[in-house]
Amino acid sequence: MAEAVALRQANPAGHWLDTMAAWGLAILWILPLAYAVWTAFHPAEFSAKFSLTAPLTLENFARAWEAAPFARYFLNTTLLVSLILGSQLLLCTLAAYAFVRYEFRGKNVVFALVLVQLMIMPDVLLVENYKTMSKLGLIDTLLGIGLPYFASAFAIFLLRQTFKGIPKELVEAATMEGASALQILWRVYVPLAKPVYVAFALVSVSYHWNNFLWPLVVTNSVNSRPLTVGLQVFASADQGIDWSIITAATLLTAAPLLLAFLLFQRQFVQSFMRAGIK
Amino acid sequence: MNAQKQAHAWLLLLPALTLLVAFTHYPAIATLIDSFMSTPKPNRASVFVGFDNYAAMVDDPIFWQALRNNLWFALATIPLSVGLALAMALWVNGKLAGRGFLRMAYFTPTVLPMIAVANIWLFFYTPSYGLLEQIGNLFGLPSQNWLGDKATALGAITVVAIWKEAGFFMIFYLAALQGINPSLREAAAIEGASRWFFFRRVLWPLLMPTTIFVLVNAVINAFRMVDHVVVMTRGGPDNATTLLLYHLYEVGFKFWDQGYAAAVTVVLLAALATVALVQFFVLDRKAHY
Repeated sequence: MAEAVALRQANPAGHWLDTMAAWGLAILWILPLAYAVWTAFHPAEFSAKFSLTAPLTLENFARAWEAAPFARYFLNTTLLVSLILGSQLLLCTLAAYAFVRYEFRGKNVVFALVLVQLMIMPDVLLVENYKTMSKLGLIDTLLGIGLPYFASAFAIFLLRQTFKGIPKELVEAATMEGASALQILWRVYVPLAKPVYVAFALVSVSYHWNNFLWPLVVTNSVNSRPLTVGLQVFASADQGIDWSIITAATLLTAAPLLLAFLLFQRQFVQSFMRAGIK
Repeated sequence: MNAQKQAHAWLLLLPALTLLVAFTHYPAIATLIDSFMSTPKPNRASVFVGFDNYAAMVDDPIFWQALRNNLWFALATIPLSVGLALAMALWVNGKLAGRGFLRMAYFTPTVLPMIAVANIWLFFYTPSYGLLEQIGNLFGLPSQNWLGDKATALGAITVVAIWKEAGFFMIFYLAALQGINPSLREAAAIEGASRWFFFRRVLWPLLMPTTIFVLVNAVINAFRMVDHVVVMTRGGPDNATTLLLYHLYEVGFKFWDQGYAAAVTVVLLAALATVALVQFFVLDRKAHY
């Protein structure tokens, strides 16, 4: 007890220490990004030399943009991410609806089978999935990158939880009005689950914008390479390692998500929260 | 329940289920079968070879090193990232100055592509003019090639993983903390409980389900994070940073040894299945008081 009292008395100092530690860690955490921004916006000779008078420049970005087909990579990533998200939303909504609205034989077994994917992600099965893709002739296509992710156990799980929480009265009212099963899904369930859709969309887009290993394996040309793989090809090609250009390219790759995050911080944080809580 | 409704349900499930089976269940089983088969060659089809692939794996020192590396990587990243995440959440949830900035700083690594930040860290670690070297110079420390030295490379990789993950896990703690009734804190304050006492006896037990959720994710991530290895070290120097999934990638797509790759995949799947079973049978029971 004496200890407790002593600690409580030390509280103002404790609060101060907390603030110091929290800020220290935050600065440490933001340092790599700050460093990258510094390097990318200054001429190469200042890439590791800090001076307030260093001239600002956009030339690193211009040179990076010209040195590799980043426009194409941006297009590929955008198409890929939209393709995956669209399919996930459609397929997983239908599946979640089946689990909530219907009783059928083997329901629990099927649901357990769905959940298996939460533990065994497609990344680990890349050798077999590569074989499948080559049989389907989908190597080096956007469809080939996206297909293993179209059905997401995570989305099915999340939507099922959400759908379960929707009041029965609303569904009954719609049934009374003679709405069909799909109309009920579209008019009652989907609108009420909107925040969850937004949350899932943000998580999915962040994940697939950043995904690397599977796209690396399954692509081999500019035509289908997403940004992450393009950046890696660009950064690892022997071009005299010009850090200013590489960091500029790095920031380009991360920019859309980073900007979106900075603008919609609250939504991002809340979406990741919502998506993570069962 | 009539047959028509059953048919409806299956129709709704069919597209998602087909894809799940095609890219999760089928490859998992096919991997198991392939691990007992030889790698097909142009002039020789794949044949049953029993445990040969596993024998080759057991005899391969790189496999053992990858496993050892991965265990060290997991042992360091899991407690450190989860511990930091908890501290971050307590700070951001408290009444500190500049909470908005703190939250933004902690969370930013989560939204950046690993492949991009790994390039930044690579520059950080570069000998002779990376930032770390410059800070070291200020204090008169000798030059150090963090990623080129077998003694420090795995540690350097681990730091990047912790940095990337902690802010992500923070979110879950933050959500849990915001759900805790504030009157608990007031009651504890009236009783004269210290902050530490309050944390240990009230917050920590209440946060247990979150901790378990985060731990499970941290364990899974420890076995699937490899992007930074590809960028920063390619498993080097001398396999000091080869993790299991990276080893699998090399065996499968650099040496094109399918049989052996299947055996390594089975090991990874077994590790993930163990996590799943422990979570299901042990932790989930403990999480609900």
